[in-house]
Amino acid sequence: MKSLIFKTASTYLLPLLLLFSIFILLRGHYLPGGGFVGGLMASIAFLIHSFAFGLKETQHIIRINPGFLMPIGLVLAVGAAVAPFFIGAPVLKGLWFEEQFRFIGIVGSALFFDVGVYLVVIGATLTIMFSITDTV
Amino acid sequence: MLIAVILGFIFALLVPFFSRFFKKAIPFIFPILPISLFIYFVGFLGEIKSAAHQLYRYEWVPSIGVDLSFRLDGLSLLFALMITGIGALVFVYTANYLKDHEYLDRFYGYLSMFMASMLGVVLSDNLMTMFIFWELTSISSYFLIGFNNNDPASRKSALTALSITGFGGLAMLSGIVILQSVGGSYSFTELLNSSEVIKSSSSYGWIIALLFIGAFTKSAQFPFHFWLPGAMKAPTPVSTYLHSATMVKAGIYLLARFTPLLGDTFWWNGTLVTVGAITMVYAAIHSVFRVDLKSILAYSTISALGILVFLIGIGTEKALLGAGIFILAHALYKAALFLITGIIDHETGSRDVSKLAGLQQVMMPVAIAGFIAALSSAGVPFLLGFISKEVMYEATLDLGQWAIILTVLLVLTKVGILVAGFWAGIKPFIGNLPSEFNKAHLPSPLLWFPPLLLGVLSLGFGIFPSLMTESLIQPVFSSMSGADTVIQLKLWHGFNLVLLLSVLTLVTGGLLYWFLIPSEARFQKTLRYESISPQNIIEGGSNLFGHFARIWTKFFQNGYLRNYVITILAFLTLLMSFRLFGGVNIHLDWDQISPVSSYEIIVVVLMIISILFAITTNSRTVAIVALGVVGFANCLFFVFYSAPDLAMTQFSIDTLTVLLFMLVLLKLPKNRSFSSKGMKIRDAVLSLLFGVLIAILTLEVFEEPSSSEISKYYADNAYILAKGRNVVNVILVDYRGFDTMVETVVLVIAAVGVYSLMKLDLNPSKKDS
Amino acid sequence: MEILLIIIIGLLHAGGLYMLLRRSMFKMIIGLIFLGNGANLLIFLLGRLVKGKPPVMEDGMKVFTDIYADPVPQALVLTAIVIGFGLQSFAIILIKRVYKVLQTDDLDELNSTDEEI
Repeated sequence: MKSLIFKTASTYLLPLLLLFSIFILLRGHYLPGGGFVGGLMASIAFLIHSFAFGLKETQHIIRINPGFLMPIGLVLAVGAAVAPFFIGAPVLKGLWFEEQFRFIGIVGSALFFDVGVYLVVIGATLTIMFSITDTV
Repeated sequence: MLIAVILGFIFALLVPFFSRFFKKAIPFIFPILPISLFIYFVGFLGEIKSAAHQLYRYEWVPSIGVDLSFRLDGLSLLFALMITGIGALVFVYTANYLKDHEYLDRFYGYLSMFMASMLGVVLSDNLMTMFIFWELTSISSYFLIGFNNNDPASRKSALTALSITGFGGLAMLSGIVILQSVGGSYSFTELLNSSEVIKSSSSYGWIIALLFIGAFTKSAQFPFHFWLPGAMKAPTPVSTYLHSATMVKAGIYLLARFTPLLGDTFWWNGTLVTVGAITMVYAAIHSVFRVDLKSILAYSTISALGILVFLIGIGTEKALLGAGIFILAHALYKAALFLITGIIDHETGSRDVSKLAGLQQVMMPVAIAGFIAALSSAGVPFLLGFISKEVMYEATLDLGQWAIILTVLLVLTKVGILVAGFWAGIKPFIGNLPSEFNKAHLPSPLLWFPPLLLGVLSLGFGIFPSLMTESLIQPVFSSMSGADTVIQLKLWHGFNLVLLLSVLTLVTGGLLYWFLIPSEARFQKTLRYESISPQNIIEGGSNLFGHFARIWTKFFQNGYLRNYVITILAFLTLLMSFRLFGGVNIHLDWDQISPVSSYEIIVVVLMIISILFAITTNSRTVAIVALGVVGFANCLFFVFYSAPDLAMTQFSIDTLTVLLFMLVLLKLPKNRSFSSKGMKIRDAVLSLLFGVLIAILTLEVFEEPSSSEISKYYADNAYILAKGRNVVNVILVDYRGFDTMVETVVLVIAAVGVYSLMKLDLNPSKKDS
Repeated sequence: MEILLIIIIGLLHAGGLYMLLRRSMFKMIIGLIFLGNGANLLIFLLGRLVKGKPPVMEDGMKVFTDIYADPVPQALVLTAIVIGFGLQSFAIILIKRVYKVLQTDDLDELNSTDEEI
């Protein structure tokens, strides 16, 4: 599969797809998209890259072991869930910043939650796929 | 009172923790418990005489009417005294009998647990509490019978005893529950007031039948008697304590206790007399065919228990009085005989009555105890056994038309018991000492003192019945019969029919003892009839049950995954089709159905084709591609019908799955066709049926008007409450955020599972082992 | 259209079950995936089919002004798809592993219980 065209294409595809996945993630609250889909997109992006350049190269680009993304994501999600608890609101209640951010819109705990989901999905999917490719 | 009952449990609990610190002192510490309890209960003798009964209540589970209430009246006091008194002797005796045994501490633990539960049974006023203690006695008895846990026979006997008594216990529990629903209370004292209501209720038959099963199993009545001879595998102190003096009398206690409440009806009396008579005669005959001392005593105990049931069944005042005295008399002499057997076994290593003889030359005090006990069991004058026998004969002779036959049965039984008693208490001691027992010598006083004391008590009560008449027997009689007739016990009744019968019994028994030499050969002859004994029938039944269970399990749990699936789904399909054919009307509302456009038809056809391809193909690649197509077609449906989120997710997932399959499965061996054509057809038929049913079911559900209140609430408030415009996403991250969080955890678990499966080094050589 | 979808749901279930009953583990997983797809479609269908009206508000609106597709089944199915993926990948790896250790794809060769091993 390591044809030149594929390699060249995937060099550009990776950043594009990653960007797209973040875009999907952020707009999730208003338009179709969200953490799950975004995470899957990002995983596919990395996967395509690994097909073109081999696992080693992809792992080099990611730098950290994708497995670590799972606990980080979980902590983010749980943190977003229990954060309201510390200001006296019930757990999982949505909290929002007063001001709107540019491009993103209003930012609230739901967004952090979704980012957590996003990271967990990337972590889990890549762990699964990489550990398979690794031993094939 | 509560402390008195649970002290034994506390002791038993402490044993494992503290015994190692004073192992040597155990024999001295433990007997303190029953002795002090005995003294405590003796203190009640005076009080019970004056008051009818005393109640002690401690709340336990008030919401269902279960409390720890204890009722002390004549009957329970008699039992409490027997339990603690004989308990004390047994505790002392055990110290020497099991000297230096590895598990002596454990043994004492079981014994105290048993004692406490037995006290609980006889003292409880609340029937539910009584049931709990009742089961505890079964359990501690299980431990004690199986005490020699290296011996398979011992374990088997323990299990038999536990299953029989446990079964009875459950029957009794149902009886108690029905009783409560009729009488309105678990408290015996309160139930007494509604005796008439219970007797006339329609469930009366059930109540007494279930209680009878409980009492008969516990007290080894025919046909449940066989666990008792088996229980003789236990060390002798256990046989003495549990299986002659106390536990087996729990059933008798139950019947005696319920006599004023449920008794005096045709079914009550008839059943008890019949069962009691069968048991006593059957066991008496059995006992003279045995050669093992413990076996003889076991059958004679069953016979005595039969007499007690029989007497309670007759239910006249005389009979109940006879039962009351006989409980005491039997406990005194039978416990003594068992203890003596234990000594003989301990010193000579044999329990074969045909070999034992002449031991009085070496162990005089034991012989004296044996003589007294044997004579008391025979009912020779000046012993307690005589008084009880006189009262019994009086009771049966008073019965009018039934008098003759019942008296004859009783005399017959008494003769058997006499012979058994003589064999156990006299035969081993007289005659010439065989050379093989030369080494036998008088054991420590700790062993021979208990039976001798019991003998002395038999003698004392026999000569001076007034010692116990007023203080003990009168309250016992009152609480059993509910009447307050003043009773008189005399040693000498004058020359009358009763005395004649006594003499007849003695003479017949004496002659039988003289001529009937116990022999192994005769015992062997009886074995021929084993196959029709109740033991064999019940054991056969339980074996059959086990066999059936094995076949059943083998049939369903056969290790083939698809057979499980087929069983479950075939059953489900059957059930559903039964429901569907039971009249389902499907009215399709054509207005609801959306029109079909051409591109949709293309997708549907594509999907059907790829499903069929995936099923029929033998090539993996084709199957994977078909799978991918199915997934993408699915994705298109989501696109058509306003679910962009779903479409995106499905698309990504589908891509990943196909990639995964390609990565992994192409390396597998070539696909082979495993199944035969017949199996394929069977599976296909089942699958099609299943599919059709699911389709019909879907149609049916689809017909129901959908309630969209939740969706409406979510959608209406999506922006107002959660500041989001994509409702699906808002549900995921906000409304049902917790679900999503857990879901991510599931995903993490799957990833960790995959990771460890792939990285884990499973040693391939393991498959060979 | 609903009728066609119902037929497809039935077919997916039937095919899934048929594949589940095969001896090859590979086919079993395909059956599993079919069943999952069938169930997803079923839940989706019960939310009623609405064309071209996703449950997403137009920009600047605070409530829905038009009809919209039922969002609850969609959320359920979305969750199910992702979880299903976890399950499938685990199952796929499991077969691979079993094949590596035991050199077989045949379920019937795996039916010995722990006791016998």
